[in-house]
Amino acid sequence: MTPAIELLGVSKTYANGTQALLPVDLTVQEGEFVTLLGASGCGKSTLLKMVAGLLEPTDGRLLVGRKPIARSDQRIAFVFQEATLMPWARVQSNVRLPLDLAQVPRSEADARVQDALHLVGLQSFAAHRPRELSGGMQMRVSIARSLVTRPTLLLMDEPFGALDEITRHRLDADLLDLWRDQKLTVVFVTHSIYEAVYLSQRVIVMAARPGRVVDEVVIDEPYPRSAGFRVSTAFAGHAARLQDALQRASAAEPATV
Amino acid sequence: MSAVMSHQRADPSVQEPPAAATAVTPWLKRPNVQRVFYPMLVAAVLIALWQSLVVAFQIPHYLVPSPLRVAGVLVTDAALLFGALVTTLKITVLAFVCATLLGVAIAFAFVQNRVIETALFPYAVLLQVTPIVAIAPLIIIWVKSPTASLVICATLVALFPIIANTTLGLRSVSPGLASYFKLQRATRWQTLVRLRIPSALPYFFGGLRISSGLALIGAVVAEFVAGTGGTGTGLAYQILQAGYQLNIPRMFAALVLITATGVALFAAMALLSKWALAGWHDSEVAHE
Repeated sequence: MTPAIELLGVSKTYANGTQALLPVDLTVQEGEFVTLLGASGCGKSTLLKMVAGLLEPTDGRLLVGRKPIARSDQRIAFVFQEATLMPWARVQSNVRLPLDLAQVPRSEADARVQDALHLVGLQSFAAHRPRELSGGMQMRVSIARSLVTRPTLLLMDEPFGALDEITRHRLDADLLDLWRDQKLTVVFVTHSIYEAVYLSQRVIVMAARPGRVVDEVVIDEPYPRSAGFRVSTAFAGHAARLQDALQRASAAEPATV
Repeated sequence: MSAVMSHQRADPSVQEPPAAATAVTPWLKRPNVQRVFYPMLVAAVLIALWQSLVVAFQIPHYLVPSPLRVAGVLVTDAALLFGALVTTLKITVLAFVCATLLGVAIAFAFVQNRVIETALFPYAVLLQVTPIVAIAPLIIIWVKSPTASLVICATLVALFPIIANTTLGLRSVSPGLASYFKLQRATRWQTLVRLRIPSALPYFFGGLRISSGLALIGAVVAEFVAGTGGTGTGLAYQILQAGYQLNIPRMFAALVLITATGVALFAAMALLSKWALAGWHDSEVAHE
C-alpha cells in the first residue's frame, strides 16, 4: 500500500487566534475512500482545503503523493459544495475549463470532455447552460469537470449537501461506481452519518471548538453496496457507532446549539 | 406566451393559456407585443388629449402647439431639423464611444491595483458631481475645435456610470468560481479573460444603458452652453434659435427628436444587452 496523503501534526490557527484544527495525524492510502464526518466548525473543510493546497497549515507536515503539496505531482481534483459552474458557458465549456486553463489541445480536450460527460451520464446535455439543469445535474457537471483532468485524488467538500435526499442517494451510488471504476483516492467531507456509512471504507470522526479528530471508524462492508445496504442491520450498527462517537465528543462541550 | 416560443424551457410554474384564448388574440398575449403596445396606447391617449385640449380651448400655437402642428413642422422643416439631429447624434455617439473606452480602461486599472483605485476614485466622483454646465464654458474656451469641445463635455457626463459599473462588475466574481480558478492555478490573464470579464458583463451593460442617455444629455447641454459659439447646427442650437424667434412649434419638434433619439439609444443598448446575456443572466432570461 502506498500512502496518497500523509498528515503529521498538521494544525491550523487563523490570524485572529481561532483554532480551526488541533494537530492531526492521518494517512490515506492510495485507492481508499475516506470520509471526514463532523458538525460545522469541526475543521473538516479546513483539513480538506489544506490537502488541496487552498490553505496553508499553520504547523505540521503535509505530504501528498510523498511530496509537499507545492511540489506534488499528484493530479488533485476538488469538488465544492456548490457546483461553481460558469453561468455564461455551456456544459461542455464548463467541463473543458481545467483543460483550457492547462492549455490542452482542443481536439484532445473535447474527446476527454465527452468521456467525462459520459461517466456522469450527461452526454446529451453538452450544449445546455447550467441554469437549464437541476441541482443534481449541475453537481454532475461539476464532478465531470473534476474527472476531466484524470485525477488520482478526488477531494469533495460536502458535494451533495444542498441536494434533496433522493438525488443525493443516486449521486452517492454513482460516485462509488466512479471511485471503483477510475481507481480514485477519495476524501469526502460530510455532516451526514448515513452518507458516511454508505460511502466510506473509513470514517474520521471530528468535533468542534476546537476542531479536532476524535475517533476513527472502519466500515468493513463489501462493495458494491446496494441500496438495500442502507436499510440493513449492519448499516444501522455502523451508524449507531458513529452517532455514539459524535455524541461522546460533543458531551464534553458547552451547549451552543 | 405562445406554445411556439415556449419549447425551449419548460417552466412548471407557467400555465399555458387556454387554447381558445390563444386562438382569439395570440399576438396581444405575447409579452414582446405587450411591451410595445401598452406604452403606445398611453402615448396615443395623451396625444389625443393634448390635441383636443388645444383645439377646445383655442390655445394659440405660439404658446402650446397642437401635436398635429408639431408633426407638420417636422415635415416642413425636415431638412433643417434632421440635419441638426445628425450633428447632435454624431457628438453623442462619439462621446458615448469615448466614455465607454475610457471608462472600461479606467475600471481595468482600478481592479488591477487597490492603490490606483483608492487614489483616483474620489476624482471620478468629483467628475460625476460637478455640473457640466459649470465647466462647459471653460472646455469650450480651451478646446479650439467646437466638435471636440462638445464631445469632451458629453464624454465627461457619460463616463462615471461606465467606470462605476464596470469596476463593480469586475469585482463581482462568485467566490466559489474564484477559488476554483485559484485551485487550477489559473494565471492572472486567464482569470481576467475567462472569469472576471464575463462576470462583469451584466454590470457593464447596465452602465452602457445609463451612459447612452447621459451622452445625449451631455451633448445637448454642451450645445446649449456653446450657443452660437458652438458648431451652430445641433438640435440644442435649433431650440435656442427657435426660442429667440418665438417659433414654439419648431422648439417642440426639436424636443421630440431629442427624446426619440434618447429612447432609441436606450432601446439599442437594451437589445445589445439582451443579445449578449440571453441564456445565462437572470436579468435577461425570459420570466414569462
